[in-house]
Amino acid sequence: MASMRDIKRRRSSIQSTGQITKAMKLVSTVKLQKARVRAEQNAPYADGMYRTIQSILERTSTLRHPYLQGKESKRKAVIVISSNRGLAGGYHSNVVKLITRGALAGEDLELYTVGRKGKEALQRAGYQIYLDSSDIIEEPGYADAAALAREALTSFAQGRVGEIWLAYTFFKNTVVHEPRLIRLLPVEKEEGADKKELPMNFDAEEESVLETLIPTYITSLVYSGLLESSASENGARMQAMDSATSNAEEMIEDLTLLYNRARQSSITQELTEIIAGAQAID
Amino acid sequence: MAEKGTIQVRILTPERVFYEGEAKMAEFNTSEGELGIYPGHIPMTVILKPGVLTLTVLEGKKEAALHTGFAEILPDSISILAEAAEWPGEIDIARAEAAKERAEIRIREHRADTDMARAQTALLRALARIETLR
Repeated sequence: MASMRDIKRRRSSIQSTGQITKAMKLVSTVKLQKARVRAEQNAPYADGMYRTIQSILERTSTLRHPYLQGKESKRKAVIVISSNRGLAGGYHSNVVKLITRGALAGEDLELYTVGRKGKEALQRAGYQIYLDSSDIIEEPGYADAAALAREALTSFAQGRVGEIWLAYTFFKNTVVHEPRLIRLLPVEKEEGADKKELPMNFDAEEESVLETLIPTYITSLVYSGLLESSASENGARMQAMDSATSNAEEMIEDLTLLYNRARQSSITQELTEIIAGAQAID
Repeated sequence: MAEKGTIQVRILTPERVFYEGEAKMAEFNTSEGELGIYPGHIPMTVILKPGVLTLTVLEGKKEAALHTGFAEILPDSISILAEAAEWPGEIDIARAEAAKERAEIRIREHRADTDMARAQTALLRALARIETLR
């Protein structure tokens, strides 16, 4: 059995770890609320954007445009959203796995990373990072998403990459976060989308409408991706810290029991020795 | 609804739902020029250019600065998806003036590395803000 002093030291160390994880849990709960509100406020815009794009694609199915067909280059741009801080359970590794083992495994990739953790993991796995903009995940703004999307779109326009993908974590609810890998360009048309009753007219030419709308659409998707990921990150951290705190409590309980037992047995031993000593004198 | 002589207007930006309500008429700037929409308009999708949005509501007029995006017009509703929108009270006039000057200098100098389209949009944006405040 470990000595009383060892047990005591171990218990107090776990106690202070537990305090830290508890504080972190509270912090991420607050951050999660904020991130969630932001993601929810973005939802109507993102939905409207998606609907409009689909209805335009519906009408322009015969149109040929690089945004719809992709480019020849085999290289693919991937925007990978993780975060700068660790201790969020499997949050980062799940996103990284999308790249290393998912549909794009073994392809020639041009990586745009957001979040240091994901970037470092990908570098360890032997990937080259084309552009890193980790700072924006702290407080993602629409302008940040626009700048990131512009980089990827420029690469696409110059023909360096043939497709653009986005890897992020979808925030389903507080406990369920789903890592997702979606293709941004060429734009995918939803099959069997319900036909609109009203035929849509365009003021400008359809091609130029597409030319303006698609980049906005991509930006909107990147922006929602950032917001969703940010909410997921804090949700994942909250969960991880919650289970860490309860594990710590459990361990403290076990150690307290062990400590009390050790203390009792040491008292018993001392008593036995005293009594034995007294008897020897008599 | 169209019968009542009003049209449902929804203005969405990535950050928030900017406005939701009825209006008798909506006017805004598009890539093809200024556009005024009354209830019962034919279905149409237009590209927005930075400019002033004027909503004629039952109690009078509402104005706001509207930046790039697009609008989906249906007989009984308008959905405006803008990258940004601001009420007059939210506009910082000093910043808008500064942005206007910066954009004007960029356009005037016209260096090889300036993105003219972006500079022009920036100028239009600043002008829209200043215009809204007047």
